[in-house]
Amino acid sequence: MSEYAALQSEIEAEISAASDLPALEAVRLSALGKTGRVSGLLKTLGTLPPEERKATGAAINVVRDAVQSALEARKIVLEEAHLAQRLASERIDLSLPAAPRAKGGVHPTLQVLDEIIAIFAEMGFSVAEGPDIEDDFHNFTALNFPEKHPAREMHDTFFFNPDENGVRKLLRTHTSPVQIRSMIADKPPFRLIVPGRVFRNDSDQTHTPMFHQVEGLVIDKTAHMGHLKWVLETFISRFFETGDVTTQFRPHHFPFTEPSAEMDVRCSWEKGELKVGSGDSWLEILGCGMVHPNVLKACGIDPEEYQGFAWGMGVDRLAMLKYGVPDLRDMFAADARWLSHYGFSGFAAPNPASGLS
Amino acid sequence: MKFSLNWLKDHLNTDADINAVAAAMTAAGLEVEDVTDPAKLLAPFSVARIVEAAKHPNADKLQVCQVDTIDGRKEIVCGAPNARAGLTTIYAPIGAYVPGLDVTLVEKPVRGVVSNGMLCSGAELLVEGDAAGILELSDDLAVGTPAAEVFGAVPVIDFEVTPNRPDWLGVHGIARDLAATGLGTFTEKTIPAVAGKFPSPINITVDGEACPVFAGRVVRGVRNGPSPKWLQDKLTSIGLKPISVLVDITNYLSFDRARPLHVYDVAKLSGTTIEAGLRTDTSELLALDGKTYAVSPEMIAISDASGVIGLGGVMGGESTGVSDTTTDVFVESAWFDPIRIAQTGRDTKISSDAQYRFARGIDPASVVDGLELATQLILDLCGGEPSEVVIAGQIPAGRPDVTFDPAYVGQLTGLTITEDDTARILTALGFGVTKGNPWTVTVPSWRRDVEGKADLVEEVARIYGFNHIPATPLPPVAPQAGGVLTPVQSRARTARRALAAYGYSEAATWSFMRQNWAKLFGGGDDRLVLANPIASELNCMRPSILPNLLEAAGRNGARGFDGVKLFEIGPVYQGLEPQDQKTTITAIAAPSRTRHWEQAGQSTLFALKSDLFALLDDLNVPVASLQLVQGQNAAHWHPGRSARLQLGPKNIVAEFGELHPSVLKALDLDGAYIGFEISLSNLPQPKAKSGKSKGALSLSNLMPLSRDFAFVVEDTVSADAVVKAIRSADKLLIADAAVFDIYQGKGVAEGQKSVAVEVKLQPTDKTLTDPEIEAVSAKIVAAAQKIGATLRA
Repeated sequence: MSEYAALQSEIEAEISAASDLPALEAVRLSALGKTGRVSGLLKTLGTLPPEERKATGAAINVVRDAVQSALEARKIVLEEAHLAQRLASERIDLSLPAAPRAKGGVHPTLQVLDEIIAIFAEMGFSVAEGPDIEDDFHNFTALNFPEKHPAREMHDTFFFNPDENGVRKLLRTHTSPVQIRSMIADKPPFRLIVPGRVFRNDSDQTHTPMFHQVEGLVIDKTAHMGHLKWVLETFISRFFETGDVTTQFRPHHFPFTEPSAEMDVRCSWEKGELKVGSGDSWLEILGCGMVHPNVLKACGIDPEEYQGFAWGMGVDRLAMLKYGVPDLRDMFAADARWLSHYGFSGFAAPNPASGLS
Repeated sequence: MKFSLNWLKDHLNTDADINAVAAAMTAAGLEVEDVTDPAKLLAPFSVARIVEAAKHPNADKLQVCQVDTIDGRKEIVCGAPNARAGLTTIYAPIGAYVPGLDVTLVEKPVRGVVSNGMLCSGAELLVEGDAAGILELSDDLAVGTPAAEVFGAVPVIDFEVTPNRPDWLGVHGIARDLAATGLGTFTEKTIPAVAGKFPSPINITVDGEACPVFAGRVVRGVRNGPSPKWLQDKLTSIGLKPISVLVDITNYLSFDRARPLHVYDVAKLSGTTIEAGLRTDTSELLALDGKTYAVSPEMIAISDASGVIGLGGVMGGESTGVSDTTTDVFVESAWFDPIRIAQTGRDTKISSDAQYRFARGIDPASVVDGLELATQLILDLCGGEPSEVVIAGQIPAGRPDVTFDPAYVGQLTGLTITEDDTARILTALGFGVTKGNPWTVTVPSWRRDVEGKADLVEEVARIYGFNHIPATPLPPVAPQAGGVLTPVQSRARTARRALAAYGYSEAATWSFMRQNWAKLFGGGDDRLVLANPIASELNCMRPSILPNLLEAAGRNGARGFDGVKLFEIGPVYQGLEPQDQKTTITAIAAPSRTRHWEQAGQSTLFALKSDLFALLDDLNVPVASLQLVQGQNAAHWHPGRSARLQLGPKNIVAEFGELHPSVLKALDLDGAYIGFEISLSNLPQPKAKSGKSKGALSLSNLMPLSRDFAFVVEDTVSADAVVKAIRSADKLLIADAAVFDIYQGKGVAEGQKSVAVEVKLQPTDKTLTDPEIEAVSAKIVAAAQKIGATLRA
């Protein structure tokens, strides 16, 4: 029996000594291969007397099983070592910079426009648009600006040269001509907002020759100034994302509304930052009023049957107020640093679940 | 329009202070722009008298004064050389804010002597006086008299007059509105007629249209000269310069009553008739501002026998102006066509106080009243004897009466207001109310802006107070199914957010640009050039957004921020009509000098192409159907490195590529700028579907298999043509075909290239057999052959 035990020890020693997988395979072949030492012992069984075969066979099998287990155990060890060695050689320097990925962004004016649309869409307003190049009728006459009246001068209009018939087109000075186009094209009731570019021949820190406006229009049989007040107060509260909004309506004059008003919002300026809701300052936000009967008539709507209100506000200005942009002119300068600072992620689309921005 | 509180009190009996007046104005729609209250700044200061002045024990140039003040006798250290016993001056107590020094006084010893206040110079109080010493005032002033009283500092309000309310260009009109709000009582006096002593030696004729009415009279034997102090103070309080009493009277009434007048020196008039109206000729006028103007037949001329002597309602002429030696004066009180006056103001660029008022349409009824007021003031201040009044023409009719249902106030504004309040407000504003069913409301002559019942509602509501209007929820309507945006608006929104996510920054740039740049980008038509641009480099409507973005990228590059990626979604203009305005999505990438260890040699143009296709896919454009055409792009693109995407030759969806180097040079740019332009309005509409369902998806369980082919073709044949040919070989089985290598060089003939394509076959119902695969391969080779591609050996 000790002959078998000695063989087993010998082979187990060889297994332990095998330093890599090929060496281990060589040991396996020399032990369990066709001509291996343990296989050789098994072949001798046939030469033994039958009464010894059983015991001897069992003894040889013990050796074979032990060798096999030792081989497998050693194989796992060697494989792990081999893997560890390979992985060690595969190290890469992850401190190297990744490929640069430009950070894009949505312009604050257009972000705010999306916010405004989202708020009014929920109140049942649809979105209308119209051309930037307008004619005198849609920009002025239909909006009850008398011919050559000083109110027209206040608009600092950009004009094109007159055509062969003496007709001169202009760049719209407000989005109100789209009200006219919408009211002429369709029948009341109306509940719409009109975003777009508008143009005034004026330039300083708070005026640019082009800016963005959103106009609102509600026409039905009962809409009155109280509704107007509610719509605007609700809008301001939702837009500035504060529940606490105090507004002030001041009488004003616009040719296209009667009565006309300007709306101020109570606010405070702390360290140059605007806080809407409380404080001891008033901030002028927009102009509004009841649509002038002459405007309705110009659109073929009977002012004895229908009435309603309209307002207009500067989108860029609202963006400046909400997001703390100091200079209007920067809005149109496309400075990469500015766009990166004041821009919004493409994924910051306004929605009721996560807020406006 | 500026006025002082004192001036307002000529017409309004009130105790209100300047802030209460400003608040009432704001509430009534008179938009206050500025309130200056010098009295507030001067409030801590008062008159004091130096009783004793002794040399400071520790300083040569200082004196220690014993001063009688409003707070009793005080010891005050003073450095002024003119400080002396008996001097009446101004005292500032400890704690006073001294505006000229911008400091608040604190009690502290000056060289060992405590000074209990300060004696002030004019400069320290921001009033007139010699800065070298303290103020030297009249000894008549009692100790304790407020400084504000000494210096006649009156609070002044400046406010914006909306164009509908010319009556607010006179303090009298402002007082009427403020009285209606309950701030005080309106002290309206009837204006007595001044009896003429002799017939006017000057006659008037008017043309009846440009000048409908003109009243005048002569006052003879007057003495002109400086105005009395009260009149000078009134004018200077609102920033007007006193000239001479005759001129000052006209300016005073212009601001007091919004009634411009003009005075002529009778001795300088030629003939005995003054004509007002349009002339048929163009003549020159040397006006009172010293400038010469051409008086065209469109302007209202005032003429005598010598020719044009004034621009009616705008400015008088130098030749007939009054001077200190004037003894006989002719006073003009007229009413001119506002539109002509406005136009004349624009044409001559004269914006006088008279022009401003006449252009807005003053009260026609003030023609005679204004003349009487002026006459009385001349008699009071210059003496003389008045002639009878001469009037030519007719006073224009006022606004017709308005039929008014008082309930309309509530209907239009949501206000709850009694009929009595409505009537009271209208009456206070000068309207005549005859109650009945409905009411009849007469419109006062100075309210030419009132033409209907909505105007009356505004009057009632603004005086009653907009703050009483109750915020009333708008009846809810169900939100529109499918959203409120049109397909173009919706796509613009998606594109904005997608491009931002792809790494492009959104810009908003001007709709106009310089005409020569517009010409480089297919625009620049003279019709699209502005007649009055704000600057010559912003004179033409843009045909493309590219130049603006390129210019911006160049500007960023010049600041050291190269490689910017910008986009804008906005209008371009092909003509003046509404349909000529198109919305485009435009993006550019500037060349970058930034180097990266891993990315050398990667193509930015193909990265841009990838962004473009991803975007089109996000916009639901069927990208597989798009044809890519090279060599036919607009001239601003690099002819070899640009392409267009189209759905047929007439429907160009997008152009992309590298910009033409000579265009870049014209824009002062250097390097490979790349970009794309998508015409939003040319994108095919997504197929209308009856519902939101995307339909069932049938997926094959069978493994797709792929085969590689390499074809040799002429270099001019596009890779896309090869792929398209392959795809067309078996549309059912071939799921994809992708170029994975382009090879030119050894083994491929000159002028040819090898295009290696991996073709993916997707069996549908059973695994493909070898003969079937062979058959597809043969079809692919045959299809490729049709475009001249041969299988590479």
